[in-house]
Amino acid sequence: MLTKRIIPCLDIRNKRVTKGVRFQNNVDLGDPVTLAAKYYDEGCDELVFYDITASAEHRPVDIKMVAEVAACVRIPFAVGGGISSMSDISRALMAGAEKVSVNSLAVINPDIIAEGAKAFGSQCIVLGMDPIAVNKPDICPSGYEITIRGFREYTGLDALEWAKKAEGLGVGEIVVNSVNADGTREGFEINLTRIIAENVRIPVVASGGAGHPGHLVSVFKDADADAAIIAGMIHTGEYTIPQIKKSLHAAGIPVRLRW
Amino acid sequence: MIAIIDYKAGNQTSVRLALESLSASAEITDRKDTILSADRVIFPGVGAAGSAMRRISESGLIETIHEVINRGIPFLGICLGSQIVLERSEEDGGTDCIGLVAGTVKRFRPSGGKDKIPHMGWNSVELLRVHPVFAGIENNSEFYFVHSYYPVPENTDCVLGRTNYSDIEFASVIASGNLVATQFHPEKSGRIGLHVLENFCRWSGKC
Repeated sequence: MLTKRIIPCLDIRNKRVTKGVRFQNNVDLGDPVTLAAKYYDEGCDELVFYDITASAEHRPVDIKMVAEVAACVRIPFAVGGGISSMSDISRALMAGAEKVSVNSLAVINPDIIAEGAKAFGSQCIVLGMDPIAVNKPDICPSGYEITIRGFREYTGLDALEWAKKAEGLGVGEIVVNSVNADGTREGFEINLTRIIAENVRIPVVASGGAGHPGHLVSVFKDADADAAIIAGMIHTGEYTIPQIKKSLHAAGIPVRLRW
Repeated sequence: MIAIIDYKAGNQTSVRLALESLSASAEITDRKDTILSADRVIFPGVGAAGSAMRRISESGLIETIHEVINRGIPFLGICLGSQIVLERSEEDGGTDCIGLVAGTVKRFRPSGGKDKIPHMGWNSVELLRVHPVFAGIENNSEFYFVHSYYPVPENTDCVLGRTNYSDIEFASVIASGNLVATQFHPEKSGRIGLHVLENFCRWSGKC
């Protein structure tokens, strides 16, 4: 049986893993390669790295870090942030990343999805989206609007419409990161995740709000997510990946228990 | 030396890194002489069947791969590499493949269910018999898959492992003589996947 994936997310600023609430109050959590190796040992199913400062500093994703991670973990990992062209995608994949995540870039230039999927395969291209709850039924009937550039800019795009459009353009997977839930550790935004997961035929990864194992149980059971991103709850040491997987297993969610 | 066949479409980096972590020497190559003088050969794989077949046909590697099999050199196909060893694939409007194993490659077609395409993530492999490349691997261990098409060999004797997705039991491991082909990615399947690669690195090609 296909298992549900648990994906630690490492936000990287100035070569260090950091964690904040809604992109603010960032705390230093350590070296990305060391943390990646630790989570790999603990049995995570995949990893994702966001080079948070790359875009603001107008530099491409840190390829040296991608290569260092690829040298020490034997599971798939995705990188995002600082991806602004086909050559950035190519370099990240050739350095050993399994997937590249595009977010603001895809809104500004949707063709990058089609081009990337054609050149490297849909499975390599992940759409990251940062929807926020809005009450604008005319332009955002799903109740969620896509924001870009670290939640700073509203786009007028309806989250579900954008997900369907991106699926049509060829993305292999969608990471739905709720702006409202991000960093709160009060649970995933189930309604948002479910709206997207039920209406596309590609895997959907829930992101934002994971605070305890029950939050994951609920996003898998009630929102039909294929995978879930976790961050603060493991970065702080409050929970470990084996603990989370045991809780999910006990709740009847299929997870990988041997590694 | 292990020759990793280069067809300019797949990303061979992770296969090379996994072999390096096992201290196996590997070379990514599309040269016939290098492939035929290798101790073992890997056809890695992401990408589409059409472009991969076009590429290896243009570089004359179809005959070379037949020669690898005829000479008894241990051969491992991964993902797309477990599909192009069959005779024909539905992908890209129908693609003639290498034909080392009788059968075809079909696309998953979820029948109104909730299953997603591609089949992406960790799924279990039921091993149907013992094989040197799977020595020490616990039955029903999970491996990392990412694919939209699956192989359907004509002769079920060559099915070494099977996996269930979208109400289909498909051949996730094919083994026939000196050929082993996995629909999953051993190089991305953690320590259990590395164990499979390590077994392959030691395998004589005989069962």
